[in-house]
Amino acid sequence: MKKLLILSTALTAVAFSVQAQDITVMSWGGAYGAAQTEAHVKPWAAATGNGAVMLDSDNPATPIKAMVEAGNVTIDVASIEYADAIRLCDEGLLEPIDMAMLPAGADGTPAADDFLPGAVTDCAVSTDIWANVYAYDTTKLTGTVPTTAADFFDTAKFPGKRGLRKGAKSVLEFVLMGDGVAPADVYATLGTPEGLDRAFAKLDTIKGDVVWWEAGAQPPQLLADGEVVMTTAYNGRIFNAAVGEGKPFQIVWDGQVYENEMYAVPKGAPNKEKAMEFIAYATSTEGLRAQAQQISYGPARKSAMLEELIYKDGKTVMAPHLPTAPANLANALESSFTFWVDKDAELNERFNAWLATN
Amino acid sequence: MSEATATAPLTTSDGRPLKAALAMAQGRARRRAFLLVAPLLVFIVITFIVPIGQMLHRSVYHDGLSANAPTLGAWFAANPEGTAPDEAAYAALAADFKTMKANRTAGIAGTRVNYTLPETRSLFTATARAADKLAPPYKPAFLALDEKWGNPEVWGAMRAASSAYTADFYLISLDMERDANGDLQRVAENTRIYVYLFAKTFLLSGLITIACLILAFPVAHLLAVLPMSKSNLLMICVLLPFWTSLLVRTTSWIVVLQGQGVVNNTLVALGIVADDGRLAMMYNQTGTIIVMTHVLLPFMILPLYSVMKTIPPSYARAARSLGATSWTTFRRIYLPQTLPGIGAGALLVFILAVGYYITPALVGGADGQLISNFIDFHMDKSNWSLAAALSAMLLAGVLVLYWLYDRLIGIDNLKLG
Repeated sequence: MKKLLILSTALTAVAFSVQAQDITVMSWGGAYGAAQTEAHVKPWAAATGNGAVMLDSDNPATPIKAMVEAGNVTIDVASIEYADAIRLCDEGLLEPIDMAMLPAGADGTPAADDFLPGAVTDCAVSTDIWANVYAYDTTKLTGTVPTTAADFFDTAKFPGKRGLRKGAKSVLEFVLMGDGVAPADVYATLGTPEGLDRAFAKLDTIKGDVVWWEAGAQPPQLLADGEVVMTTAYNGRIFNAAVGEGKPFQIVWDGQVYENEMYAVPKGAPNKEKAMEFIAYATSTEGLRAQAQQISYGPARKSAMLEELIYKDGKTVMAPHLPTAPANLANALESSFTFWVDKDAELNERFNAWLATN
Repeated sequence: MSEATATAPLTTSDGRPLKAALAMAQGRARRRAFLLVAPLLVFIVITFIVPIGQMLHRSVYHDGLSANAPTLGAWFAANPEGTAPDEAAYAALAADFKTMKANRTAGIAGTRVNYTLPETRSLFTATARAADKLAPPYKPAFLALDEKWGNPEVWGAMRAASSAYTADFYLISLDMERDANGDLQRVAENTRIYVYLFAKTFLLSGLITIACLILAFPVAHLLAVLPMSKSNLLMICVLLPFWTSLLVRTTSWIVVLQGQGVVNNTLVALGIVADDGRLAMMYNQTGTIIVMTHVLLPFMILPLYSVMKTIPPSYARAARSLGATSWTTFRRIYLPQTLPGIGAGALLVFILAVGYYITPALVGGADGQLISNFIDFHMDKSNWSLAAALSAMLLAGVLVLYWLYDRLIGIDNLKLG
């Protein structure tokens, strides 16, 4: 009995020490999670000999507060949206990032100059620039096809259900652009009660036709199942379904809302040192390029764009599929974190009330 | 003789007073009994009473500002409501901002004030970033940073938030707010949501309970009266879904009921509905009702069955032989005897339905969401105090219904098996 006890204790200790080497990365699952696994997690584990595992979540930012407050942080790195990275950092829930730890670009440019403006914050480093776009199935919509944000809301011209992300962020901006507001005026308009009413009035016109989605993997599925004729989506998910899996999906870039996606380390992460090494590795020129070869999100370093990016199929040139491609930026909006850090609670309240009651 | 027995204390055979010996023996038994239940008691206290207590505490407690701005709190305590902020107030604010910047807590303080007055969060974080540059005189320094610092509403919100204990979260849960004079008023119509959701949650739960009762009654009756060989098979049919994972059952309903699902495809193939007129039975209120009724059905069948099993068939036969019609027999003889089972099943299904989360989250779409989904939403958005206040109101609602049930039907009449 005693022997058994010693043996089991020893085994547990071994199990823990093995576990202690691992870092745990939490990302968004689906095509995006797979891209980060292939581009960052696996190569880092192979290069350093450390164990690294990937976890999926609908939004990796949500469990962080609960983990930190409970003193039981089980993830080392989280992939979170820009506004969440700012908010969590302000609340002291993330470990600060030391700019000096980030490697210089492959061409020798120091990290501070190499990253695009705003791509490194106090507590997080950008992995890519992604966009909320909308897409349709080219086999279902033939003849006249939608080309503008306004077309998304034109149920007379394009009858059928629409998929929209269930939440205020990026939806309200898209709605206003669909109602003819210029990107430069979107946040000024949303900031006024009249502008907000205008956005919800526009949403009212399609309310009966909307299928709401929450996880990033849902929109390609909704399109493929024919549940909707068009849907908003994260652009990389549509790209991977279209180019990677040969689905007949077409992205409409008009009215896109783009922002940085950030790697951050929750406060009190069990393997903070290794987590920081992982972030430095993943956001190096090579790390960013590797991810951009897996999914069509733009790298946030200038040095990562010097050479042409080719998709993992070996032939598709990535540049025209990135949110930052000049052609795609014609009528586009950069998501404003200052707006959302402040108004997230208030606008989601209004959005939820609108959704649940009308 | 009789006097002697009355005054002399009774003793045991070894001479101890009987009363003391008895108390000792009983005390031992009581201690043993207590020790036997102690593990359960500790378990319940740790896993149930303490967390619920913490949850209730959180619904009235948020120290985001009070813990991080003590100097300002002291100024508010020293000056009554309505005092215009003077230089001392701004100096206190500046001192707190310098600490907040050092401790990186401005976001927490701003979040608390933002709950009372939207759009103040970034005021706090932006000011904290510039806190080191603040120098006396502080009032102009703050106003130069952002003129909002002169706004009486901001100071009112900070005063409200400077006490850690607050009823604000219950006000929000009731769609109420305080106006500039501190009087209660309902919030703007387009942001009213929680009262509606509470009403809807209780209404839908009632509807689901009734649907469960109507569906479960015949099944439970069959289970009780069929011969053993057949009723066993039927019982397995009831229990098998009961043992299947909730998620599996919910997602199978999605497959069956969705726009391109089995039911719609069959209806279209039969020509009953047109291809563009497919029925919307999923991702809406209808979906929530159908799937929750199915998921909760066993909780109605089993208590009903256990009661029906004990009803002797001779009563109904006696009623029939005395000339009652089958309807009268059912209404006056059978139904009253099943009441304890109906009560137990209905209470069980209703209380489970009121707090149901995962099924409405998966199949509810926009209008099939219940209050629990919004509690989850605020957990996700880190507004735990509001989530706690909503949960506490839900708990109170269930307790009131339980009390009503006890008054109307009597909890002694409950029979779970």
